[in-house]
Amino acid sequence: MSFEKFVFWVFALILVFAAFRVITVRNPVHAALHLVLAFFTSAGLWMLMEAEFLAITLVLVYVGAVMVLFLFVVMMLDINVSPLKEGFISYLPVGATVAGLIIFEMAMLVGDRYFGLDKVAAPIARPADYSNTRELGSVLYTQYVYPFEIAAVILLVAIIAAIALTMRRREGTKHQDPAKQVLVKRNDRLKIIKMDAEKGE
Amino acid sequence: MTFDMTEFMPLLPEIWVLSMTCVVLILDLFLRDSNRVVTYWLAQVTVVGALGMSVAVSGSESQVVLSGTFVADPMATLLKSFIYIVTFGAFVYARDYLRVRDLFKGEFYVLGLFGMLGMMVMVSAHNFLTIYLGLELLSLSLYALVAFSRDDARATEAAMKYFVLGALASGMLLYGISMVYGLTGSLDISVVATAIAGQGEQDIVLIFALTFIILGLAFKLGAVPFHMWLPDVYQGAPTVVTLYLGSAPKIAAFAMTMRLLAEALGGLQADWSGMLSILAVLSLALGNIVAIAQTNLKRMLAYSTISHVGFLLLGLLAGTGEGYSAAMFYTLTYAIMALGGFGMIVLLSRAGFEAEEINDFKGLNERNPWFAGMMLLLMFSMAGVPPTVGFYAKLVVLQAVINVDMVWLALVAVFFSIIGVFYYLRLIKVMYFDPPVDSTPLVAATDFQITLSINSLAVLVLGIFPGGLMALCASAII
Repeated sequence: MSFEKFVFWVFALILVFAAFRVITVRNPVHAALHLVLAFFTSAGLWMLMEAEFLAITLVLVYVGAVMVLFLFVVMMLDINVSPLKEGFISYLPVGATVAGLIIFEMAMLVGDRYFGLDKVAAPIARPADYSNTRELGSVLYTQYVYPFEIAAVILLVAIIAAIALTMRRREGTKHQDPAKQVLVKRNDRLKIIKMDAEKGE
Repeated sequence: MTFDMTEFMPLLPEIWVLSMTCVVLILDLFLRDSNRVVTYWLAQVTVVGALGMSVAVSGSESQVVLSGTFVADPMATLLKSFIYIVTFGAFVYARDYLRVRDLFKGEFYVLGLFGMLGMMVMVSAHNFLTIYLGLELLSLSLYALVAFSRDDARATEAAMKYFVLGALASGMLLYGISMVYGLTGSLDISVVATAIAGQGEQDIVLIFALTFIILGLAFKLGAVPFHMWLPDVYQGAPTVVTLYLGSAPKIAAFAMTMRLLAEALGGLQADWSGMLSILAVLSLALGNIVAIAQTNLKRMLAYSTISHVGFLLLGLLAGTGEGYSAAMFYTLTYAIMALGGFGMIVLLSRAGFEAEEINDFKGLNERNPWFAGMMLLLMFSMAGVPPTVGFYAKLVVLQAVINVDMVWLALVAVFFSIIGVFYYLRLIKVMYFDPPVDSTPLVAATDFQITLSINSLAVLVLGIFPGGLMALCASAII
């Protein structure tokens, strides 16, 4: 077994383990952390495929931004998972049987017979100075410009939808208005009262 | 690679709608609630402008641009034109309904326009990726619209169900698409079609991919057994959203099915036609029978939608040009009928009262004979009574099915349609022969009344003169 293959198996096993833990651990924070692990190891797999840009983006965007936000939300919400897990045991036999059958059937089809190494040509090895970021950019903004723009519109819709559904102007909430705070005058806050000094006896 | 600016010409309607929607979005922020109607008019200008542009840039040739991600062909022009017309109607019906419920916000029209843009993308997609992105653009707008009435627990529940099931369906569709990509090495519809033609029909993995794609499509169309979300969403959403959701997106879903099954996977027609026939028979049976038990009109119309989807699938599974154009005719006329049907519910509703029970239509003839007559036309058309267009649409679909020697399917369809007539006639009976329980006069803006009248009379006129639209549908299928 070559070193590359060894690394692949290590990453692959950790990835499957982490993905499995995401859905089985009780604590949502642990689940989120396992998801981080899953992202990290899949980034490693991409690195093995010489897709450095995608690997780095996965770590930066998903681990660095999305999962951190996610963790914040999970920690703030204080979700009680026990009602979500109700009936898990009673559904388990049926669910497991169906899932097992589907996995078996799919494995029959999507296995080596049709997607084996002899069916798909191996990717061409590139020299070390080959920039796949450049390659990605050059198709993203030419060949795939239309899907790319639609994806941008979808993100815009997501923003509008999120704001339209959650933003409310509640009466009586306390908030600061920095503009007003800056404009405040001495006379608004301070009142100078002239008092006669008391005379000593 | 260089960009040729003429490549962007066929995209003119899409560019216009996107730019105008962004203008509406920004402008709306500066409007007071009393001037909100400006948003409405701008949205309508956008829709009408898009219609004009689509017709102006249309040609009789199929034109594929932008590296094969976009196609402009007669089918796209026809379907888009109907999407504009139906969206225009939905916006007219929505205005006063939203206003009396304090929901008259710019976001409704902005999301409605984005949804329309999604439909346009789906209709003229020539790449699996574009189809999927168009679908997501449409779905995302629809999820938000269903939850638009934020304080309504039923609407929120409906939106939640729609979101979860819709995401699941998208996942299925994507999985199928990824398998097709793995096997053919391309996402371009014509490349996939050529690859499949070369590969032969025996490839079992292709059929595996096809199963997932059909599953996703059936979810989006609402065919049995993937229909569970439909009645709940139709009932829970605000009526004007149900109206929008139940009309124009059906045209887009039809276009998506055509692009995926007929154009890309046409080589597997023998396989998907069998799968579709199961979906069609189940939809016809369940839709028509369960609708009988409903007392809520929105729910009843949801089950009626399921049965109409059954008919649509019948036309598609024939797999001939005749079948495709029959299915297209059926979809277009169904969108008009659904628009009118939900429009009537909106007409009868008023502040604090939703006329969504069948009993709310009692004695409509005494209250307003004109609109009772309009409802009569719409219900006759949905049931398929001549001379309305519903009859002709069912006829051409059945003809197409019989011409490919699937007489048993035609018999099943006729059998369940006859069962279905019952619940449409019950509504008519309630309108004409029951005394009114509610004698509040119907109030609606003039443009609402005119649009609804034209909408309903179109059902009759198209039924008497179906030739023009049928010819358009036939020429759209090459």
